[in-house]
Amino acid sequence: MSEIKKDHIRNFCIIAHIDHGKSTLADRIIEMTGLLTTREMQDQVLDNMDLERERGITIKAQAVRSIYRAKNGEEYILNMIDTPGHVDFNYEVSRSLAACDGAVLVVDAAQGIEAQTLANVYLALDHDLEVFPVINKIDLPSAEPERVIAEIEDVIGIEAMDAPQISAKQGINIDQVLEAIVEKVPAPTGDEEAPLQALIFDSVYDSYKGVIVSCRVMNGRIRKGSKALFMATGAVEEVVEVGYFGPGQMIPCEELSAGMVGYITASIKNVANTRVGDTITLADRPASEPLPGYKKVNPMVYCGIFPADGSKYGDLRDALEKLQLNDASLFYEPETSVALGFGFRCGFLGLLHLEIIQERLEREYDLDLVTTAPSVVYKIYKTDGTCMELTNPTNMPDPSEIEYMEEPVVKAEIMVTREFVGSIMQLCEERRGQYLGMEYMEQTRAMLKYILPLNEIIYDFFDALKSRSRGYASFDYELEGYQRSPLVKLDILVNREEVDALSFIVFEGSAYERGRKMCEKLKEEIPRQLFEIPIQAAIGSRIIARETVKALRKDVLAKCYGGDITRKKKLLEKQKEGKKRMRQVGNVEIPQKAFMSVLKLDSQ
Amino acid sequence: MNVKDSLELYIHIPFCVKKCAYCDFLSFPAEEADRLRYTEALKREITARAEEAGDRRVTSIFFGGGTPTVLPAEELVRILTLVKEYYQVEEDAEITLEANPGTVSEAGFVKLRRGGFNRLSFGLQSTRAAELALLGRIHSYGDFLEALDGAKKAGFVNISADLMFALPGQDRRSFAESLQRVGALELTHISAYSLILEEGTPLYARRDSLSFPSEEEYAGMYEDCAAILSAYGFSRYEISNYEKEGFACRHNTGYWTGIPYLGLGLGASSYTGDCRFRNTRSMAAYLERAAKPALLKEDVQLLTEEDAMSEYMILGLRLAEGVSITEFARRFGREFDEIFGAAAERYLRTGFMERTKDRIRLTDKGFPVSNYILADFMP
Repeated sequence: MSEIKKDHIRNFCIIAHIDHGKSTLADRIIEMTGLLTTREMQDQVLDNMDLERERGITIKAQAVRSIYRAKNGEEYILNMIDTPGHVDFNYEVSRSLAACDGAVLVVDAAQGIEAQTLANVYLALDHDLEVFPVINKIDLPSAEPERVIAEIEDVIGIEAMDAPQISAKQGINIDQVLEAIVEKVPAPTGDEEAPLQALIFDSVYDSYKGVIVSCRVMNGRIRKGSKALFMATGAVEEVVEVGYFGPGQMIPCEELSAGMVGYITASIKNVANTRVGDTITLADRPASEPLPGYKKVNPMVYCGIFPADGSKYGDLRDALEKLQLNDASLFYEPETSVALGFGFRCGFLGLLHLEIIQERLEREYDLDLVTTAPSVVYKIYKTDGTCMELTNPTNMPDPSEIEYMEEPVVKAEIMVTREFVGSIMQLCEERRGQYLGMEYMEQTRAMLKYILPLNEIIYDFFDALKSRSRGYASFDYELEGYQRSPLVKLDILVNREEVDALSFIVFEGSAYERGRKMCEKLKEEIPRQLFEIPIQAAIGSRIIARETVKALRKDVLAKCYGGDITRKKKLLEKQKEGKKRMRQVGNVEIPQKAFMSVLKLDSQ
Repeated sequence: MNVKDSLELYIHIPFCVKKCAYCDFLSFPAEEADRLRYTEALKREITARAEEAGDRRVTSIFFGGGTPTVLPAEELVRILTLVKEYYQVEEDAEITLEANPGTVSEAGFVKLRRGGFNRLSFGLQSTRAAELALLGRIHSYGDFLEALDGAKKAGFVNISADLMFALPGQDRRSFAESLQRVGALELTHISAYSLILEEGTPLYARRDSLSFPSEEEYAGMYEDCAAILSAYGFSRYEISNYEKEGFACRHNTGYWTGIPYLGLGLGASSYTGDCRFRNTRSMAAYLERAAKPALLKEDVQLLTEEDAMSEYMILGLRLAEGVSITEFARRFGREFDEIFGAAAERYLRTGFMERTKDRIRLTDKGFPVSNYILADFMP
């Protein structure tokens, strides 16, 4: 068998701000490179590939291997490792970067550097990656490559004079990118003969193959039949297959050795045993140390998810179970609400993660859901000296038992053009931001830095940011830690009954304002019924705001022409359908979307 | 007589002099030749569907529209005579004709009365000139008084008038005035409906430039119907209908109590006891196929037992007397409480419904919000 030489392997990723052309460039690279080395072509690999095709297995690869014949006449293996684009998945990004030796930084020739560009570059530099820039979209009329090159050198401080100027869309100068990858990304190092250390940067569940683990082998080798030990979880599994991802298919191979990127499968049932960031070693010759950097990822945002139709509880549970097979960072446990019945308290990495899961549940599993307002994880220090983590406002202890509370805060970087600096600063102040500083990137753009409480940004911060900057601001954040804050639990009473699913934790200073807005919003959302319905916001037993939904006084009294009962029935059916989409709380029917109203309180 | 042994006939005349500004029903102005083609087709349908009626006794006939009286009295009488020839019409059957003021002369009323019509339903809508103009009515209040006089002279005793409320520009006082005026006339029956803005009508298109009564005023107007009309001897027997004792509209009451009916004419609805359907709304199709009624049927809905129980409630609860609980059990072989006990309970508790030993009904508080309540009795 062919021994692949380490110095002919390049492990890299592409980093970019959203829309700067990362995936288009990735597509071009795959198009311009081959699937197999000349040598491999002559082996029997193709048979295996056909088999894979027959089985119809297609896995969205986190790492694609391709073969590039460079201008020096040599063939190189390019392993392109995908990184999730969003801050919610920062931890996954950081693990993916750890699997690379270099990074291609794509910068839009018209837009220049954005907040996310910087965040990604710093993350890559933190992992000691060789970062080199590529200027994309030079075909745009508004392209200013010279300005952007200067900006990259000034702001990031990396050499950009020789950066390939390309158009991924038009396929211009892609060869320069490939040459730069060969030239600038260092070949992997590591010792094939040392005990195995392989970093897991992705794992997905496939109903046919079980868990498919993407990994980068740092030292040693792993092959079919090896007894793999997952160092963080302690699980031991026999390796069923090793291989790598070609574009669109899995290609099995003999072994993965130091420097290589690929996958292993073992009949593992749950992705939770193969956590991203963990190190795989061999049970019979374990490495003395795992690779650095593994940490358990904890959910940052929690919310209640309930089936709109109570009888679908079992379906929701099954769907969450299946999603968790592919997403170990999804957390859920049963929750019971007086208003919403049986459901689940779910934990997510961030709001985007929450939205993705919610959408997948609704689309892929055809579930109609009621979601309660997201909550962050608060720390409550009690008078008895203990500390509890609060993920559900309903479980907040009596204020008399609370010594003080802490809330998570993030360090936020907001890139904005000069004219909007004022309004964005105002927004951050409104959201209790602590100003850290501002840097002008150039004449027209500034980077604002703030410490912001997480619970101020999980609702509608992003929308507010966009609307107050006419869409120009970009935003990135990372968790900074916890800070002590005066926080209270705000309860909502509908017709004098507390509705548990509407309670939320709020900064004491904003409680009055939030309570008032919440009551106003609910007044709009709750349709009039046969009696007057008071809506009240309360902290403990103190009512701080009130609105009233007036009683319904009349329905239309239409003539029933010529015995056309069907028309009348259709009207009543519609009315009945409307009622079905409501939750009965005491005597009051509350529409399901009202439970999410707390998300949309920013009036701007 | 058993409900299933009797039958009602509805005969649709889809013509009018001019379409009213609020009207979205199946009616339009037409040339005499077109009207003639239609009535010929109608007659074909009447004869063709006689076998559907079997030996059921016809207890009421209702000529509705449109404005049936755009047809000459002789033609209306010919149609009625044909019906009597082909169907077993009871001697004392209620035979109603919808009439618009200004479309029938005194002589016409005489012909109609002699021809067998014994009840008139006038589309008055309002006594105020401005409101009539806004609605696009072609007559004045004076025209109505004149027509009423003619009808009475011709021997009509059982006469109804329709009023509308919740009109733009109307307030509680102006509507009360219409109620008082009409109440004082020697009528046996009054219907009072609220204006419904239907999409596609001229009034709908103008809605933003009009000012409609508030909900409070609306509710007040509805209350006033019963209160004011009772001073003139009328009582509410159905959600929007008021009678002098013994003059409740038998035909409409039939709709609410589940008496089967045949709808004859363009777009007319029929109910067989376990099925609802209607005729085509296409004039061309109707003219072509009137002799083959099976080909006219559209929107056929077979009623399940569940549908039937629901209809029994949503229709029966329109009547002031409500529905009979023992009759429910007799008809469906199920206990009322088992099926609707829970739905009724919250309204009984809050005074929107009331229950006696045998009957359950909406209260005065329940009537104005009946849709809200009735929705809970849908299957």
